[in-house]
Amino acid sequence: MIATTVSSGVLVLVGAVFLASAVEMVEALTIVFAVGHTRGWRSALQGVVVALLALGALVAAFGPALVHVPLTWLRLIVGGILLIFGLQWLRKAVLRASGLKAKHDEDAIYAETVEELRALGDAPKGDRIAFAMAFKGVFLEGLEVVITVLTLGTSAHRLGLASIVAAGAVLLVGVVGIVVSKQLSSVPENAMKTSVGVLLISYGTFWVGEALKVSWPGNDGFLLVLVVFYGLSTWLVIQQTKSASAKAMVSA
Amino acid sequence: MSKQTNLVMRILKGFGMFWWDFLVGDTPELFVSTIALIGVTFLLGRGIHNSHVATVVLPLFVVASLAITVARSRPKKGSK
Repeated sequence: MIATTVSSGVLVLVGAVFLASAVEMVEALTIVFAVGHTRGWRSALQGVVVALLALGALVAAFGPALVHVPLTWLRLIVGGILLIFGLQWLRKAVLRASGLKAKHDEDAIYAETVEELRALGDAPKGDRIAFAMAFKGVFLEGLEVVITVLTLGTSAHRLGLASIVAAGAVLLVGVVGIVVSKQLSSVPENAMKTSVGVLLISYGTFWVGEALKVSWPGNDGFLLVLVVFYGLSTWLVIQQTKSASAKAMVSA
Repeated sequence: MSKQTNLVMRILKGFGMFWWDFLVGDTPELFVSTIALIGVTFLLGRGIHNSHVATVVLPLFVVASLAITVARSRPKKGSK
């Protein structure tokens, strides 16, 4: 039975890495499509390949090095980083879900990027602008994925699994993007970001506690309790924020 | 300073700036609350009974941090 052989920790790790990688790839894909359609695919794809190689090199360089950090310290530092990182994701997701911040609109970002690129004139053969924009788009969006893979992967001693899951998500979004041949604007990005935030703070809480000798009931099975608790709490914070914003609008 | 020292300084500065923006950036309250959370958990984790208290306090502390950072981002009353 899968349920008995796969621990809660692995499920949360796979979920967090897959969703984080997919959502960042959706954002990167929009930039790559805008660059490719406007200035040609050759330089855009070269930028993508170099960015992916650079991101892979970061994982290969820092992953094995982090394994040598004592586990208690690694989990404390990683737990702290995941808590900050996850809360930052959740903050944005809550503000977007409550209507206080504009949702990430891939169609608008695509149109804006295309306009910006068209204003630069015709593309030469070896287009440095297309290369740089595609590289920057993929590298910057991918950096958050690398941090998620490194922190979750090394602390759980599953860097290989985390890397494979991230690569799978990137490949899946890339293939879907190529098949539909446009930016993926109908992907529920905010819901995905909320889920990633919840998973990251669940792992962050768990590892900070582990590092500081907190005994979690049911060991890593408690991760699922944390996921449910944080999911419900986030929903409550969204409802509360919506109602507070509505009241503020009425009284203004 | 030699060219090499300059380059090393620039790389170190860039590395430091990256982590500062990443961890503190425009939400310093999240950085401060995480440090406070680690401190509280350290104190609670020292006793066997308190360790059980930490299993409850820790998640509540995290949710409170989320509520505070969201409240800070809401437009203030009377502001347009």
